[in-house]
Amino acid sequence: MNKEYASASAALEGLLFDGMTIASGGFGLCGIPELLIEAIKNAGTKDLTIASNNAGVDGFGLGVLLATRQVKKMISSYVGENAEFMRQYLSGELELEFTPQGTLAERLRAGGAGIPGFYTKTGVGTVIAEGKEHKDFNGQTYILERGIVADLSIVKAWKADPSGNLVFRKTARNFNPPAATAGKICVAEVEEIVPLGSLDPDLIHLPGIYVHRLITGPHEKRIENRTTRKKETL
Amino acid sequence: MADAIKGWDRNQIAARAALELRDGTYVNLGIGIPTLVSNYIPAGVNVTLQSENGMLGMGPFPVEGDEDPDLINAGKQTITELPQTAYFDSAQSFAMIRGGKIAMAILGAMEVSEAGDLANWMIPGKLVKGMGGAMDLVAGVGRVVVVMDHTSKHGESKVLRECTLPLTGKAVVNRIITNLGVLDVVAGGLKIVELADGVSEADLRAATEARIVG
Repeated sequence: MNKEYASASAALEGLLFDGMTIASGGFGLCGIPELLIEAIKNAGTKDLTIASNNAGVDGFGLGVLLATRQVKKMISSYVGENAEFMRQYLSGELELEFTPQGTLAERLRAGGAGIPGFYTKTGVGTVIAEGKEHKDFNGQTYILERGIVADLSIVKAWKADPSGNLVFRKTARNFNPPAATAGKICVAEVEEIVPLGSLDPDLIHLPGIYVHRLITGPHEKRIENRTTRKKETL
Repeated sequence: MADAIKGWDRNQIAARAALELRDGTYVNLGIGIPTLVSNYIPAGVNVTLQSENGMLGMGPFPVEGDEDPDLINAGKQTITELPQTAYFDSAQSFAMIRGGKIAMAILGAMEVSEAGDLANWMIPGKLVKGMGGAMDLVAGVGRVVVVMDHTSKHGESKVLRECTLPLTGKAVVNRIITNLGVLDVVAGGLKIVELADGVSEADLRAATEARIVG
């Protein structure tokens, strides 16, 4: 089975429609599917609901889809780095479902694992709990959170084999595996597609069953917050 | 503040918070002053730092030229790995947080109440940032230590009877470390544990809206 496509736009062909829900991997600008985001921008798909921990920055990552007004709603835990996001949200143009980071990760994991909801202590006693079912277990109060099933997942990995088995690199793994599983269809962009048999089957991070289409391409991999120390200090 | 009360600066608050660390534990440090805590880990205390974006065993910032875009902390700063480092995805990361495997979190705060309520994520109508992993951390870790300035720029107390801002968690804070001292959340209010350098108990009480007991 070869899941490789020639380009991001070719891999997305037939998958995009206005009003769809997309789950995206990435944390900040680390491990984001930058090529697929660019291709969605070029496709002009509108009224998107995007489940992603962050919303990119102005001009990069999911920020490019905010600039073109293609996003109707974000499901995110932290959007502090994006001036355009704040402007659209505060003016009421953009809907936002704030979801605690761990709850978002678990909602994606649960959605992909066929679990429609789960109880968590996270957010009890806060605005996050408003309108949600509360239930006590062993004397502690929990709230019901729903799994997320997306129309499409877009993720970024380090390496893939042609069957879609994925390997991630360092903290660029982040939301990519749970986001990948949450989609009815998952398109993955990787830095390198290696020959079948060259990935150690014991060291696959995400099995190819979750990945339907693959592309490779040059990634900018922008650093959001470059922080260094002086050599002498160690 | 013409009559600024003496006390600890950001680094001294971080150094004091570092004394909370227990040998052999797994700890999560938040963004801001909490990040500085890693500079003051006492000799002989071995802690493994968790970064909720998917890493245990967080190392120091890289030297210039060694930055790796695939290796960041929860504040999106470039960092390094250690020999014991392990990487994992976000669902796994919060499974260990929610599952109570992380002994302690040291977090920043905008406001904290005498009942241990914490507000550190949102100013309605003003600043939209988000709670990130803070709600999960305060609900899941064994002990929550908050580091913060005791008062706002205008001199108003941030250690309150009740928080005015949207909460991050209700009755979740165990210990508060500010520029003026250290307070514990106990039944009925806060208990003074320690005063910062040059700060009197009267200074601390005057700057605290929350009830002080004991």
